Amino acid sequence: MNAVLKIVLQRLGLGLITLFVVSVIIFVAILMLPGGFAEAILGQAATPETVAAFNKEIGLDQPAIVRYAYWIAGVFQGDFGTSYASRVGYRREVADILAPRAFNTLFLAGMTALIAVPLSVGLGLLAALYRNTWFDRGINMISLVSISFPEFFIAYIAIVLLASPAFLNILPSLAKVDDDASLGERIYRCALPAITMTLVIVAHMMRMTRAAIINVLASPYVEMARLKGAKPWQIIVRHALPNAWAPIVTVIALNLAYLIVGVVVVEFVFTYPGMGKMMVDAVTSRDVPVVQACALVFAATYILLNLIADVLGIVTNPRLLHPK
Amino acid sequence: MSESMEKLKLAEKLVGRGKVSRRQFVQLALAAGITAATAETMFVKAARAEPKKGGTFRMGVGHGATTDSLDPATYPDQFTGTMGWGAIGNSLTEMNAKGEITPDLAESFEPSDEAKKWVFTIRKGVTFHNGKNVTADDVIASYRHHMGKDSKSAAKSILSSITDIKADGDKVIFTLDGGNADFPFLASDYHTPIMPAKDGDVDWQSGIRTGPFKLAKFEPGVSAKMVRNENFYKDVWFDEFEMLCIPDVAARTAALTAGEIDYMDRCDLKTLDLVKATPGVKITEVTGYGHYVIPMNVTVAPFNDVNVRLALKYAIDRKAIVEKVFFGHGTPGNDNPIAPTIQFAIDPQPRHDYDPEKAKSYLKKAGLDSLKVDLSTADAAFAGAIDAAVLYKESAAKAGIDINVVREPDDGYWDNVWMKKPWVMSYWNGRPTVDWMFQTAYAADAAWNDAFWKHPKFNELLKAARSETDQKKRAEMYAEMQQIQQEDGGNVVIMFNNYVSAHSDKLAHGDIAANWDIDGMKIASRWWFA
Repeated sequence: MNAVLKIVLQRLGLGLITLFVVSVIIFVAILMLPGGFAEAILGQAATPETVAAFNKEIGLDQPAIVRYAYWIAGVFQGDFGTSYASRVGYRREVADILAPRAFNTLFLAGMTALIAVPLSVGLGLLAALYRNTWFDRGINMISLVSISFPEFFIAYIAIVLLASPAFLNILPSLAKVDDDASLGERIYRCALPAITMTLVIVAHMMRMTRAAIINVLASPYVEMARLKGAKPWQIIVRHALPNAWAPIVTVIALNLAYLIVGVVVVEFVFTYPGMGKMMVDAVTSRDVPVVQACALVFAATYILLNLIADVLGIVTNPRLLHPK
Repeated sequence: MSESMEKLKLAEKLVGRGKVSRRQFVQLALAAGITAATAETMFVKAARAEPKKGGTFRMGVGHGATTDSLDPATYPDQFTGTMGWGAIGNSLTEMNAKGEITPDLAESFEPSDEAKKWVFTIRKGVTFHNGKNVTADDVIASYRHHMGKDSKSAAKSILSSITDIKADGDKVIFTLDGGNADFPFLASDYHTPIMPAKDGDVDWQSGIRTGPFKLAKFEPGVSAKMVRNENFYKDVWFDEFEMLCIPDVAARTAALTAGEIDYMDRCDLKTLDLVKATPGVKITEVTGYGHYVIPMNVTVAPFNDVNVRLALKYAIDRKAIVEKVFFGHGTPGNDNPIAPTIQFAIDPQPRHDYDPEKAKSYLKKAGLDSLKVDLSTADAAFAGAIDAAVLYKESAAKAGIDINVVREPDDGYWDNVWMKKPWVMSYWNGRPTVDWMFQTAYAADAAWNDAFWKHPKFNELLKAARSETDQKKRAEMYAEMQQIQQEDGGNVVIMFNNYVSAHSDKLAHGDIAANWDIDGMKIASRWWFA
């Protein structure tokens, strides 16, 4: 177990360095975009004097390197700074803006994962069990079709079918959630986005489960199990699955990360107040502290989920601890 | 009048207040000798006619961003304007649907000293949402918030003519640097809600203002919730008002047809017929003051030659653009940026309708056989700007003008392209008076004179007309100015765009204002549930 702990610590350290590099890249990338916060907010109504007054108030008149230094020093003390939308007497802490949005994003990702992961692993197992039958081909085709369409298209189809007077009007097309919404209300409101995202990610996980299992089914020990008379279902769940977890978990982790990082289109279609729209707004208005914080959260999500996937892979298959 | 007719009249009134049911009304009407079908129509009309209280009005708008704040100095668009000015706040004056200025928070206003001084009397007994009386000091602080050296306000330039504001009891006295008969119009701008004074500035942070609704909750870029202000000086119909930021137009439409919102702004013109066919949904369409323009920098070649400018003005097929890009939802322009419904507007003659031969002849006058120009465009200028530019290129080709359409990035369009490149697509929200529009974008010293056009006679007239109180003389001056601008100016005015919105047929409304979208951003206090 010590070896696992060592890997975890090593990877966390590397993760911190990655986060630092990400923050530098994002900062420089925003510097290269045309215009600044004042111009973006004032738009056509900007005049040189108002822009100068704005920049002075939010500290944009200082050189970029100084701004970055202040920001990173703050982050190391756990302070993500204030949004440029703050004014005198009106502080908007990045953490305060981010927290409810991050919660919404995690809620939707969690709800989708609860549906999609068991569904795709289950379907994958069934497909492996009945491989090359009509059942296998059927679910393969359906899931491939759903992954091939762009997300917004699936979302609009879902709205037409389930949330418009034309067909069934049983689910809300607006996923507006409040801080004070009850759990039931939240689930009801998030149903359509969760269904859409499930359709988008199921194919990937299901096909990986199927492939990983079939791969293991070719090994001699499975042959042995079959010879001793185990039922096909038992062979797959008890003998094949434990040795197939590593690739499946990796794919699940990637898809979970996608649920958090890549859902901006779904958020727009269903008007869900998650982090995606917030980051797009922040980039459009060059609200650097908010963009930085979002980028860090997204990068950290990827790093952590990959770490979890690797650890799970090792735990389920200790052989990986001892590379040849 | 027979007894049954009298009863019917009374019933009609009661229907308006929701006290008589459809069934009772039709029975009365039949007794009065009216057919059932007519009675039905009468009932619907009566039910609509009288506004009544009640209901939660849910509205979905395309604007709104996480960076929005309650600070009126930086209201970027309709979300903040409709919420922070039209619903929770109000200004000294207000513009009605006819385009007239009426008192709002001020009870009355009067000019003196050739319109150099304006005295506004604050309405008696009006209070902020927290119960505090509105005083002259609050009004002064609310204006000072936009003025001064460190102001970041988008209203800074329109208020720059104010040299002094003084309090005198319940009166506020504005002194201007020159006469301005239109000053009450400026006082109706959506950047100027009255807010409580605090520590030498105003308290805009709390959202405590004087408007028909009190702010209950505001989550920037997501939603806002408001409840009726029972102490407002006029009747307010909705119990609650909820605004949702729905940037995706398909999502807005879906939400409206499924009944999750009662009103949406900025319909998708391409699918408008489908929305129209949905039962229970109505469309409203208003030609506003907003217009799409193509300013050319008249200080650089070839645009410094008035003949080239005229050639370009005759080479654009505005009708085709309105028909093909905007599906007919607009009015073709005539290079006059003053909307036809504005006081003193004229239609300068000869009209600049598409005429390739005329364009050619003006090119010849400029000593050119052909012309090659770059036209910078992006959908950031207005949705459809790229398509419009391509159509312009086609129509101009027939006049021997080769327009090279340059597609610019949306990002930073207003910083790096507009007023930087010589010929660009642009957009104006329009202003409610001739003076205001010209002062904003056509006066020699205007910050946004995007054509860099400086016409001595035009500028003289602009100053003279502003302080002229004889309406007839003023009309003549404005007519002359519009004529000069149309012929000589550097702006191709493509069209006036329509504000197209859709709403549930449960909503009722009077005439819709044209000064801004969403019923002049005052929908919250003007509409009601029938």
